[in-house]
Amino acid sequence: MSTTHDEVSSLADGPSVPARRPVRFLRNWSAKLATVPMIATALVIFVGCTGWTVIHSFTNSKLLPKLNWAGLDQYRRLWSTPKWYVSIENLAVFGALSLIFTLVIGFVLAALLDRKVRGEDVFRTIFLYPFALSFIVTGLAWQWILNPELGLQSVIRSWGWDSFTFDPLYNARIVIYGLLIAALWQGTGLVMCIMLAGLRGIDEEIWKAARVDGIPTWKTYTHVIIPMMRPVFVTSLVLIASGIVKVYDLVIAQTGGGPGGASAVPAMYVMESMFSAQNLGQGFAASTMMLLSVVIILIPWAYLEFGGKKRG
Amino acid sequence: MADPASLNTLAAIDPVGDRTGAVGHMDGPRGRRPRRTVSRANIFLYGTLLVVSLYYLLPLWVMVMTSLKGMPEIRMGNIFSPPVEITFQPWVKAWAEACTGINCDGLSRGFWNSVRILVPSVVLSIAVASVNGYALANWKFKGSEVFFTILMIGAFIPYQVMIYPIVIVLRELGLFGSLWGLVLVHTIFGMPILTLLFRNYFASVPEELFKAARVDGAGFWRIFLQIMLPMSLPIFVVAIILQVTGIWNDFLFGVIYTRPENYPMTVQLNNIVNSVQGVKEYNVNMAATLLTGLVPLVVYFASGKLFVRGIAAGAVKG
Amino acid sequence: MISVREEKIVRLTTSLLGATALCAATSASALDFEVTHWWTSGGEANAVSKIAEAWNATGNTWVDGAIAGGGDTARPIMISRILGGDPMDAFQFNHGRQAEELIEAGLLLDLTDVAEEQGWKEKINPPSLLDACTYEGRIYCAPINIHSWQWMWLSRKAYEDAGLPVPTDWDSFIDSADELRAAGKVPLALGGQPWQATGAFNVMATALAGEDAYLAVNRDKDAEVAGGPDYAKVFEAAAVARDFAMGSNVQDWNQATNMVITGQAGAQIMGDWAQGEFALAGQTAGTDYDCLPGLGEQAVLDAGGDAFFFPVQDDPEVTAAQKQFAAMLLSPEVQVAFNAAKGSLPVRGDVNLESVNECTKKGLDLLAAGNVMPAGTTLLSPDTTQQINDLMTEFWASDSMSAADAQARYAEIIANAD
Repeated sequence: MSTTHDEVSSLADGPSVPARRPVRFLRNWSAKLATVPMIATALVIFVGCTGWTVIHSFTNSKLLPKLNWAGLDQYRRLWSTPKWYVSIENLAVFGALSLIFTLVIGFVLAALLDRKVRGEDVFRTIFLYPFALSFIVTGLAWQWILNPELGLQSVIRSWGWDSFTFDPLYNARIVIYGLLIAALWQGTGLVMCIMLAGLRGIDEEIWKAARVDGIPTWKTYTHVIIPMMRPVFVTSLVLIASGIVKVYDLVIAQTGGGPGGASAVPAMYVMESMFSAQNLGQGFAASTMMLLSVVIILIPWAYLEFGGKKRG
Repeated sequence: MADPASLNTLAAIDPVGDRTGAVGHMDGPRGRRPRRTVSRANIFLYGTLLVVSLYYLLPLWVMVMTSLKGMPEIRMGNIFSPPVEITFQPWVKAWAEACTGINCDGLSRGFWNSVRILVPSVVLSIAVASVNGYALANWKFKGSEVFFTILMIGAFIPYQVMIYPIVIVLRELGLFGSLWGLVLVHTIFGMPILTLLFRNYFASVPEELFKAARVDGAGFWRIFLQIMLPMSLPIFVVAIILQVTGIWNDFLFGVIYTRPENYPMTVQLNNIVNSVQGVKEYNVNMAATLLTGLVPLVVYFASGKLFVRGIAAGAVKG
Repeated sequence: MISVREEKIVRLTTSLLGATALCAATSASALDFEVTHWWTSGGEANAVSKIAEAWNATGNTWVDGAIAGGGDTARPIMISRILGGDPMDAFQFNHGRQAEELIEAGLLLDLTDVAEEQGWKEKINPPSLLDACTYEGRIYCAPINIHSWQWMWLSRKAYEDAGLPVPTDWDSFIDSADELRAAGKVPLALGGQPWQATGAFNVMATALAGEDAYLAVNRDKDAEVAGGPDYAKVFEAAAVARDFAMGSNVQDWNQATNMVITGQAGAQIMGDWAQGEFALAGQTAGTDYDCLPGLGEQAVLDAGGDAFFFPVQDDPEVTAAQKQFAAMLLSPEVQVAFNAAKGSLPVRGDVNLESVNECTKKGLDLLAAGNVMPAGTTLLSPDTTQQINDLMTEFWASDSMSAADAQARYAEIIANAD
C-alpha cells in the first residue's frame, strides 16, 4: 500500500504548504487520496447513515425499517410522552453537573499534582485507572457500593449511626446523583491528565512574573493560567460532552433506568423505542432530536474553532 | 522516583522527550517551588490528595476484596472488610467455569477473540486516523475542514442509532458477520476523536521543519513516514490507550457485527453478570469484572508517564 | 452438584436415542447449528441444555448463542443478524405479534410441511399456541412450552418465621401482610425490571376484575373498561400491593424469587417459570413453598410461552436441519426433559410428565379444564406493552402517584393502542 502511494506522492506537483492560495483540483492530490477513508466515513456513515435515520423518523417503521410515510406523527408522539421529558430533564441535570464537576475536579486535581507532589505517578495512576474500566464494570461496582443492604449505608449503620440513609439508586429524587458519582469516578481521571499536561505546558516565567508582582497563587490560576489553557478546556469539553450525550451503558448497568423510570436518559429512550417497543420510527425521531440539539450547539462552535482562518 | 529532582532528570534523558521538541517543555512539574517542611499548605495538599484517592480506590478495594471471599462471608460481612478466609475459587470460576447459557467455560472462551478483534482494530484505526490528522494539519485542501467538522459532529452521535444503517452498509460491502466488518466499525467510530488528537499534534510541529522537507523534494508520504512518524510516539501512545480501552470494553458492536465464535470477552462478562444462577454470585462477578479490565489496566500502568506527555501533545495545542 | 447434573444428562442422552431415530428420516450430514436465545438464568440454562443434548445426539452440533439480559438485549442482535444476511439457524422469540413483520418480509422459514407431517394440529394443546405461530394459514414457528403468568408463590419459611398461617387467597395475604412486615419480612417481592410490574398488575387484573374485563381491555382495547370501576378495583389493589413491595431492592425476577426461596419475602407474583428456580434451589412445592394460581381468586391461565423461529437460509442442508430441529422440539422426549427443567408445561397433551409437583399439577388441571385465555403477547403490540411497562414501573416505584391518576393514564394508552 505504501509503495504505490510513494510513487503517487513523487508525482505530486509543486510545494503546496497549507492552503494559503487557491488550490486546483489536482494539486495536493496525494493528500486527498490519503484522506479518502475519512471522506468516505464522513459522507457514507456520518452523513449518509444519519440521513437514513432522519428520513426513517418520518415513517411508521416498527420492527423493520420501511418507508411508510407518517409525516410528523412520531415527533408529535415523542413530545407528548412523559418519559421523553423525564429523559431530557435528566440529561440536562446530569450533563450540566457532570460537565462542571468533571472540569472542576479535573482541574483541581491537576493543579494539586502540579505542586511538585511526591508520588505524583502513584496519585496520577490512582485517578486515571477507572477510565480503563468499561461502564458495565463501573455501573456494577457502584451499584453495589450504593446498595442500601450491602454497601455504604449498611456499613455506616453498623457503626452505630442507625438513621443514616444513603440509597440514591432506590430513591427517584436523587438517583441522578448516584449516576453522577459513578460517572465522575470513571471520567475525571482523563480530564485531570489533560489538564495536568496543559499546566505542564505553561512557561515557568509566567509563575515567576506572578510571584514578583505579588499576585496570590489562586489569583494567578484564575486570571492568568486558566485563560491561557483555553485549548485544553476545549478538548476536555469535546470529550466530556460527547460522552454525556451518549450516556447509556452506565445507566443500564447501574439502575436500568429505575427506580420507576426516574433515571431514564434520551439514549435509553431511543434504545427502548427501537428494540423493546419495536417502534423504530419513534426511536429514530428521538435520535433525530438528539442530533439536532448537538448540531445546534456544535455548528457555531465548529465555525469559530475551525472556520476559515487558522489561529497562531 | 518520587523525588521531583529525579523526575526532572528522567525526563531530560528521555530520548522521546528530546525528539518531541515541538511539544514544548515537558520536563517535570511546574508550579511553585516545593517546600520540604511540613507546612500547613502541604498538609492540606497531601490531605486532599489522600482523601480523593480514597474515593477512587474504594471501588477497586471492594471489587478485589469481594472477589477473594466466599459467598457465605459476603452475605454476613460488610463489603469493605478484607476477607477472613482468602479464596481464589471465584477467579477460577470466572475464568474457566462460569456458565453462560450452556457453555460453562467462563471468560476464557472470549479472551483470544478479544485479542483477535483488538489488534487489527487498533492498528487500522490508528493508521487511518494518523494519516487523516497529518493531512488535515499539513496538507489542507478545499473542503478538508468541512469533513473534519462532520467528523466532530459524528463524535456526538449515539452509536445505537447507527446500528441498522451500518448493518445495511456492511451487508452491501459483503463484510457483515466477519471479523473485518467489526474492525471496520471500530475504525469508523474511533475516527473522530483520534483524528482530532492527531490533527492537533501535527499542527504543533514547527512549520520550518515541514518547509525544509518540501524544499528537499519530499512528498506527502515521505514527510509523514520519515519526519512526522518518528517524532510522534507520545500521541501514538495516547491513541493506543484510548483505542485499547474503547475496543476492549466494547460489547454492542462485538455482539451485533460478529458471530458467536468471534464474540469478545465482554459478551461473556455481560452473560456472567446478567445471568443469575440462583443467588447472585458477587464474588464471581467481581472477579470476572477485574479479569476483563485487566488488559486495559496493564496498558495504563505500563504507559503512565508517556500518557500524560502524549495527551499534552495532542490535546493542549490546538 | 455438577456430578448430579452430569448424571442426569447421561441418563437423558440414552433416553433420547429413541427420539433421534424418530427424526432420523430427515437427517442430513452433521453441521454446526447456531441457536440464539436469552435463557441464561439457572433454571433456564439447565432447560436449554436438554434441547442441546438432544440435538447433539442427532449428530449435529449445537452452537450456543446465549445473550443474557433478556429479550431487549437479544432482540437487536437477532434482527441485525437477519437484516445483515448472516442469520443464525434458529432463534427464540416470543410468539404472537412480535414476529409478524419478519414473516411479512419473507425472512422466516415456512414450517407448514413439518407441522403437517408431525401432526402438530392434533397434538398441540391448547390450539391457541399454534394459532400464535400461524400467519395467513402458514405456520412459522415451533412452540416449545406453555407459560402462564397467573401465579403467586408463597414462602412457608417466611410465614413460619413470623408465626402466621400461609395465606390461601389474595385477601388473606393482604390481611397478614402488615404482621409479616412487622416480623422483618418484605410481604411482596418485586424486581425492578419493568415487565415484572406490568405482569403482576395483569395477574391482579384477571384475578380481581375477571377474565371478561381483562380481555375487554387487552384484546378489544376498550378504554371504558380500562377506566371503569372494575379496573379501579385493580388499581386500588395495586396501590396496596405497592406498599407491600417496598424494600425489595432487587432488579432481576429470579433475585426476587430468591427472596421467597430464602424466606426474606412472603410472596411473589410471577409466572410459572419461577418454579425452575425453586427446583434448582432444591425446594419442593407443598412443603417449602406454596402456589396460588390466579392469586387464589379466579384461576384462569394465559397460555403464553416460548417458540423457536428459523430464518430463511440459502443452503438446502441447513433448511433440512432447521426442519429437523423444529420436529425435535415437539418430540415427547424433549418436551418432557425441557419442561420439567424449566418449570413450564409441555405443549402437547399426550405426553406424560412422570412426577409432576403439586403446582404443575394444578396448572395441568386448569389447562385440562379449559380455564385458558390468550397470552398478553398475542394481544398487545410491543409498542403498547412498552408504554404500559413505563406507566407501571413508574406507578409501582412511586409513593405519590395515586391509583386514579395511574388508571387515567392507563385508559389513555389503551385508547391509543394499535
